[in-house]
Amino acid sequence: MSQEPMSIDELKRMAGTIRCDIIEMTCTAAAGHPGGSLSATDIVTALYFRVMRIDPANPQWPDRDRFILSKGHACPAWYSALAERGYFDKQHLSTLRRLGSMLQGHPDMHKCPGIDMSVGSLGQGISAGLGMALAGKLMKKDYHVWVVVGDGECQEGSVWEAAMAAPKWKLDNFTVIVDRNHLQNDFCVEDVMPVEPLADKWRAFNWHVETIDGHSMEQVVAALEAASERKGVPTAIIAETVKGKGVSFMENSADWHGKAPCVSEADQALCEIRRCTCEI
Amino acid sequence: MKSSYRHILPEVQALLSSKDLFVKAKGEPTRLTYGEALLSLGAQNPNVVSLDADVSKPMKTFLFAAKFPERSFNFGIAEQNMMAAAAGMATTGLIPFANTYAIFASMRALDQVRNSIHYPHLNVKIAASHSGITPGPDGVTHQAQEDLSIMRALAGSTVIAPADPTSTRMAVHAAAAYDGPVYLSFTRDPVPVLYDESFPFKIGKAVLVREGKDAAIFANRDLVVQALIAAERLAKMGIDVRVIDCHTLKPLDERMVLKAARDTGAIVTAENNIIYGGLGSAVAEVLVEQCPIPMKRVGVGNTFAESGPYLEVIDKYGLTARHIVKAVNDVLKRRPKAAVKAKSQAKPTAAPRRKTKKNPSHSKR
Repeated sequence: MSQEPMSIDELKRMAGTIRCDIIEMTCTAAAGHPGGSLSATDIVTALYFRVMRIDPANPQWPDRDRFILSKGHACPAWYSALAERGYFDKQHLSTLRRLGSMLQGHPDMHKCPGIDMSVGSLGQGISAGLGMALAGKLMKKDYHVWVVVGDGECQEGSVWEAAMAAPKWKLDNFTVIVDRNHLQNDFCVEDVMPVEPLADKWRAFNWHVETIDGHSMEQVVAALEAASERKGVPTAIIAETVKGKGVSFMENSADWHGKAPCVSEADQALCEIRRCTCEI
Repeated sequence: MKSSYRHILPEVQALLSSKDLFVKAKGEPTRLTYGEALLSLGAQNPNVVSLDADVSKPMKTFLFAAKFPERSFNFGIAEQNMMAAAAGMATTGLIPFANTYAIFASMRALDQVRNSIHYPHLNVKIAASHSGITPGPDGVTHQAQEDLSIMRALAGSTVIAPADPTSTRMAVHAAAAYDGPVYLSFTRDPVPVLYDESFPFKIGKAVLVREGKDAAIFANRDLVVQALIAAERLAKMGIDVRVIDCHTLKPLDERMVLKAARDTGAIVTAENNIIYGGLGSAVAEVLVEQCPIPMKRVGVGNTFAESGPYLEVIDKYGLTARHIVKAVNDVLKRRPKAAVKAKSQAKPTAAPRRKTKKNPSHSKR
């Protein structure tokens, strides 16, 4: 089922829908990671509904763009995008983390259609994406590999092994988006282990770097589309985001990294997200 | 004398009683055999890609890099990135061979090897040199005495530790033909070329390389030759032991283990690996559950080793023929007398044990 690329307003509305899915999924599962899912939502939405060359009816299409959510715990955003895009029936979303579900706590590429790599242990999805990009170059395919990493995830040494490697092979078919929400499981990223100057670090590793507002759909789309056209160098997009974006009591709170909303909290969250979406 | 050996080169048979086996027999480190095998594989299969982590010279994978530069990727000293990148490559249909030392493949990058390769069961071949205490001089930091145990513990893993260059070559091609992750374990130091081309390498199928009825030795990698030397010495004591090259640690050839257990009633395992979780453990698990008989494990004990020439180190740490001989004698003492009786009654026509000869000549052939 092919689909025309969405307009900015359509993308914004779809992001609202995905945010609602995230709240409902984590509430139903009584587990999961809403904070980092909500911060990554606009990026994931722009990729799946506008930027990526994909065919939901043919998830294994060899020429498809690849997407890897290296911060795999934020998979409610990924699952929702896949369901909304038609990879599988939305009914599955309510089975998140249940026994027998194709929606594992962290994504399983063999259980869930559209998942290009099993991820969850941080710092690995970026390397897997690098391998896919290398393979694309070798096989002379023109697909693009998109990887979202967390800013806390950038504390993993293996992220920088991958960062060092991509420019060596001039992987212009490889884009990393850092979901810079400033929070990790324990506390603020800067208190746990500072990652600044983050953009300079990527630049020093010879990447083309852009810093954007990761919740401005206009900026997200522009940066992603520019990355897909750039030649000779991989792109790192530092997307400044808000953990828990769209839900007042979740925003900028590390407490909502790995905690699910109860029913009343979910009701309030859904109200806030829908109100915001209606204004688009 | 009728040979009780199978697939063993005649010149090696003749040298098994000689102290000069490692000097006189043709041999090489299997890490080098691997590099050459990968080159020939690369010529046969365009999907094979070679991933290095700055040890392309010690593993001779620079040959592949020179012949197929576009299919060769040196990741530098960054094994974690290499392993997960190999996983990503495998999702596209390529067959990556990720080359590094066992200590890094099985330990530094274990999280990647587990989560990115084995959990999705991706078609990555992990080529690990310096496996076990085969890097003698390098010392403990490079002696991966746990690698086989660790790799065996991963769900869906296939773990292969070939004994000699001939079987190494076969193992590399078999691994490429198998769809899924395979861990290939190679030696840093030279091992003799034991086998002729009749060696029937098949993943998961142990190979009987010396017939015998009194006890059976299951060995892998560099301890197969030690088991063969031990068998010669035991023959002189009138003990006729079977030797099995258990090149595939996982999946273990349980049928071969059970047959040996029923035929001989006494089993010894020999591995250049810590005794926890490797070949000895695997064989013991089968025996305990299905055919409890006396057995003994030869392997690295609860200790780290040290630097030294390969043969001296493995001798000090209990991994040479004399330790296997002792283990066989120990296990035979523990074999119930009734079992021995039953066995001899069951085979009344069995040939009488050879008498110990002084200075038997094995070089006549």
